[in-house]
Parts: sequence; C-alpha cells; structure tokens
Amino acid sequence: MAKYFRSVAAFFMAAALFLLSGPAAYCLSDAFKDNVYDRGSMKPVDSVLKVKVGDPAPDFTLRSLSGELVSLSDYRGKKNVMLSFIPAAWTPVCSDQWPGYNIVKDIFDSNDAILLGISVDNIPTLYSWTNQMGQLWFPVLSDFYPHGEVASRFGILRSEGIAERAVFIIDKQGIIRYIHVKDINQRPPLEVLVRELEKLQQPPAGGLK
Amino acid sequence: MNRFSAICALVMAAVLAVMVGNACAGAPPQAGGTLPDFELAVPQDTAARNYLGLSRGLPFMGKGTFKVTQIKADVVILEIFSMYCPHCQAEAPTVNALYEKIEKTVSLRGKIKIIGIGAGNNAYEVDTFRKKYQIPFPLFDDGDFVLHKKFGEVRTPYFIVLRNYPNGSYRIVYSKLGAFGNADSFLNLVIKLTGI
Repeated sequence: MAKYFRSVAAFFMAAALFLLSGPAAYCLSDAFKDNVYDRGSMKPVDSVLKVKVGDPAPDFTLRSLSGELVSLSDYRGKKNVMLSFIPAAWTPVCSDQWPGYNIVKDIFDSNDAILLGISVDNIPTLYSWTNQMGQLWFPVLSDFYPHGEVASRFGILRSEGIAERAVFIIDKQGIIRYIHVKDINQRPPLEVLVRELEKLQQPPAGGLK
Repeated sequence: MNRFSAICALVMAAVLAVMVGNACAGAPPQAGGTLPDFELAVPQDTAARNYLGLSRGLPFMGKGTFKVTQIKADVVILEIFSMYCPHCQAEAPTVNALYEKIEKTVSLRGKIKIIGIGAGNNAYEVDTFRKKYQIPFPLFDDGDFVLHKKFGEVRTPYFIVLRNYPNGSYRIVYSKLGAFGNADSFLNLVIKLTGI
C-alpha cells in the first residue's frame, strides 16, 4: 500500500513541477491582431554573458530602421545608453515591451539617457512590426547580418539564433553599469530599469576607473 | 500518517489546486453571461474610494477588497488595459473623454463608473500609465496576470459593461475586444444597453 501511495505521490510531484513551470503569462495588445507567433514558454536563459558590470561595453555599429548607421560610441561623453535587446519580432512578450518604453521618454530625458532597441530580425520585419507600435521615439537597430553579431559580443545570443530579453545600461564613459538577463519569458519590471537609470546620476560604486 | 505521507498529501493538494486554477482560466465573459469570481483591492486614495462608493457602510470596514458589484453605481465600465499596449495608449484620451462626459451630465453622474485593470502591469507600471494620460478614474494592478487569466487572457484594450441591480445581482451587457472609438456613441450605446 505504501509503495502504491509513493508512486501516486511521485506522479503528482512530477505533475506539480510541470504545471508550475507552465507557459509564461503575457498580455497582448490588439494592435498586433492575430499576427503574433506564440512559441510558448522557453528556457529562461540560454547563453553565457561575455561582459559584466564595470566592463567597457563592446562598441558596435548597426543600421537603424530609418536607414542611418548608429554606433554605441556616438553617445560617448554625451548620453547614457540603455540597450534593450528583444528576442524576436512578432512574438508575445516582445510585442508589448517597447511600446511601454515609448511613453516614458521623459524618464530617459531626465536621466540624460537614450534607448536603443536591438533585434536580430532584418529591417523589413522590424519595419512591419514596429509600425504597429505607433511612432517610436528611439532608434530600432537590426542585428541581422552578420547574424546576431552584437548579441554574441555581449554573450546573449541563444542557441536558436535569437537574443535574450536583455537590458544593458551604459554610462557616458561607455562603462556597463547594469545588466538584466533573467528570463526570456518575462518583461523586466519598469521600475527596476528606472531605478538603474537614476543611479547613473551618481558615480559608480568604488569610484570611476 | 508519517511525515513523508503528510508532505505527499500537501503536494497532491497543491497540484489539484493548480489544476483547478488552470481549468478556471477560461473564456472571456460574454454579454448575458457571468463574471469570473474576483475581488479588487480597496484603493488607498480617498477620492478613488469615494468615487466607487466604498467609503461608507459596514461591508468595507476593515476589509481590503471589494467586488465590482459592490461599486455604488447602476453601471460599471471595466477596461482591461496595459501600459505596454499601443492601442490602450491611443484609446486613453477617448476613455478619459467618456469619463468627463459622464461626470458632466447630471443625469449620469454617479450612475456610471469606470475602472481599469492593468493586465500584467505592476503598481508602478499602472501608476506610470495613470500619470502619462492623467487617468481620472481608479486603476488596479494585476502584475501577476491573476485577473487577466480569469478574464480569459483577452487582448487589450477589452471593455466590459455591467448593469448592477440594487439586490446585488448584475447583468453583463457588453463584452468586446478593442477600442470603442467615439465617446459619445459608446455612451449612447451603454445607456441603450443598460436601460438607465
């Protein structure tokens, strides 16, 4: 009897693990209609960071949706930079991430910061997708070719060729001051990013290197 | 029962609870149908409490939550929104205009109340949306998607119009995805559907 009971319990424990690690919850704007492809819940992190807080951010140059080339070094000495990598266009959580940042330009302005949105998708895909978001105030950059090279340089290119849902906050000296790579299935809470942007008004812990 | 059995029993209970919870994450409420069972936190803001009519009476003394059927109004318009949703952002001024029209019309003021639930938005994100669009009616956070799941994981914005009756019963008269477009015509529709 005890053996039978333990078998049943083991089944329920396995079921518990399965259910508790079930599909990620998300909410989708009607702006994207039925055009969003839901891959379901993914492995939270599938890459190994190549940079850490305090490191100089690797420089890069990518083409933006408006056609111009944008380099991280363009902002050196001028603006703090928040890089927002999203995994892929036309997917659930990503589609409802940048539109939120689009209504908080004042927060970026007050912290003397610019936002750069980056995706491994190509320009035509990003054009169609971001058109559903309204007029974005920040540049959207394509890391399509060589595929995911910038994501790879930061150590956030996943094995299936998409980026992590990652945020890097870089100060005017080009130093990485904050990294958020936690779970591709979840949007980083806005207040965490705002708090980290506000910290840029203070010198880094341990002083400038 | 030994300790192992007790732990197993607890795990089984948890699994069953999750299974039942998942089963309940059903379809959106339909006109003429029923609302999911849920309660909202009584707002800390006095003006919001007064607007909803939650400040007086025994039912709210020392209680932290309320049901939408307890809102002091003949009609409740519930918007499920997200600060990350472009259509919700675009619709915000129209919903504000609807609120203004109701509040400025003597025959409607106090009879129709509007509330919003921020699907997947925590308190900070709801507050960001409120400040950005100067939302005058109460908004509630649902950072963990608990309510959103109960409402069938609808896309946003989603509007539900509820006719409350004095005996505590209610009738859903409108439940639709998407912006309603024009505040005047939507208000006329609400009046027609609810018969107030």
